[in-house]
Amino acid sequence: MGIKRQEIADMVEKMPAFPRSVHRVLDLASDINSDPKDLVEVIEHDPVMILKILKLVNSAYFGLSQKITSVNHAVVYIGLNTVKNLALSTAAIGTLPRKNEAGFDMDAFLLHSLSTASIAKLFTKKMNIQSKEAFDFFLSGLLHDFGKVVFAHFLPGEFQKALLIAKEKGISLFEAENEIFNIDHTEVGSLLAEKWQLPSNLIEALKSHHCLEGDRLLVTDVVSASNRISKELKIGHSGNDLVEKLPIEIIGRFGNDIDGIVDALGDVKAEIDKALIFINL
Amino acid sequence: MKIKFWGVRGSIPSPGPKTLRYGGNTTCITVETDDDNLIILDAGTGIHGLAQTLLKRLPVTCSVFISHTHWDHIQGLPFFIPFFIPKNKIHIYGAFDPVYDRSIKDILGRQMEYCYFPVREAELKADIEYTTLRERQTVEIGSAKVTNILMNHPVLNFGYKIECNGKSLFFTGDNEPLYNIYTPDHDYHEEYEDLITDKNAALIDFMRGVDVLIADSAYTVQEYPAKKGWGHGTFDSCIDLAKKAETKSLYFTHHEPLRSDDDLDALYRRLQEQYSNDSDMPQYAVAHEGLEIEL
Repeated sequence: MGIKRQEIADMVEKMPAFPRSVHRVLDLASDINSDPKDLVEVIEHDPVMILKILKLVNSAYFGLSQKITSVNHAVVYIGLNTVKNLALSTAAIGTLPRKNEAGFDMDAFLLHSLSTASIAKLFTKKMNIQSKEAFDFFLSGLLHDFGKVVFAHFLPGEFQKALLIAKEKGISLFEAENEIFNIDHTEVGSLLAEKWQLPSNLIEALKSHHCLEGDRLLVTDVVSASNRISKELKIGHSGNDLVEKLPIEIIGRFGNDIDGIVDALGDVKAEIDKALIFINL
Repeated sequence: MKIKFWGVRGSIPSPGPKTLRYGGNTTCITVETDDDNLIILDAGTGIHGLAQTLLKRLPVTCSVFISHTHWDHIQGLPFFIPFFIPKNKIHIYGAFDPVYDRSIKDILGRQMEYCYFPVREAELKADIEYTTLRERQTVEIGSAKVTNILMNHPVLNFGYKIECNGKSLFFTGDNEPLYNIYTPDHDYHEEYEDLITDKNAALIDFMRGVDVLIADSAYTVQEYPAKKGWGHGTFDSCIDLAKKAETKSLYFTHHEPLRSDDDLDALYRRLQEQYSNDSDMPQYAVAHEGLEIEL
């Protein structure tokens, strides 16, 4: 079946966020003395919440001279209480069910997204990328597979078929998605980011993390590598056991294969654990 | 350009013997341009007194700019008599509600719904138009230009700059200076500080050199720590803003509802003592109902 691209954005508008962050936001919002930085942390560890907030602050409504990619920037720009109420209105939609007909484990997916984001962040530390830009890498990692949640939540029957095809044929999930939907998660993610006027490097990273053609941005290669490292370390699950080999182009860029990169990054697990604290209630 | 204060109180009207001189009505300011256009900044309860005077000059054409939609800035609107009279033309401008995705018309219409007010918005006789403003959108009212910028308050709040024939005014609406939510040892501290610096610089740039700055000075520095995060400034934060933007004058407004006339006089005297030898200090005054400024 095909999926109408126009419909995707409408679907995601009504999409609930992940259960742990929804509960945490409700908790924080019911305590007038809660610490603002706790709210920021929760939002930036939930792909749905952060996407919705960035969508708003980057809309044509605001006279921004530069795009906003971080929750901190959103707080400085539109104010803490407005960000809090936006998070609350997302929380009010309900929670993303942990189980779905597709058999896609949402908890495991969130772990995969967060670990990929954390590894991408570790890259930026090792490469001395400035903190403002570094958050783009974290965010690209967090959102790189966002399209999969859209499929699992809104089109679970078809997505289950895609998961099965990928498993049986031993191919990448994005290839199986293309067979079923005529669109894959990289396109869904980048389509949303583009429609919602998010920064161009983020759009590019979501679009190209499985693609090796053309000039590749550093952020795209970092996300591609982080994705594979997360799978190799078996932290969470992205819906497919296949770990694609690191392409020669990326090995060339970092001068190392996966094992070498993991060694060079240092304590990957400790960095990932830091990110997971925020979702473990 | 003629500026007049019709309401200088914040939060809630505070009538009574202790607020007779400065006044107890909530925020409303008028700006009459050289070509006789009437611009109204906020529609707190002060707008009721203004409405009485407008009845002598019917039909009324005016533009109302709402800084934000907290009660003390819109509560007088249903009692703005020109709404009920045919041939009056009233154009209302304000920010949208990003949380519930509502226009300024929807937000204001709600306070005239059945439960809150006997007359529905649809029944008003004047010709009323609404415009939901984008940030930094410029509106031309005759020879005047009105432009907005986002300030820091617990709801979207526009500060408005009005420029006309080489004279200018900036009204903050409600505003609290930005502060870092991270302690210095936190990873995000420096980045957050940079974001604040950038936003402050953009604000200073926006309002630089205005003739009149009207600013939210709800608290004293001593009171502020207990009210941090509530969205209001202090006398000192307003002075800081005025100095950095090199404004020619500064008017303190949004007085705390419990602040008596004597309290405000005492605060003014304290400022005089503190800043008597400060050459960077612009001309300043504590705003009171009826205060007029002519530029």
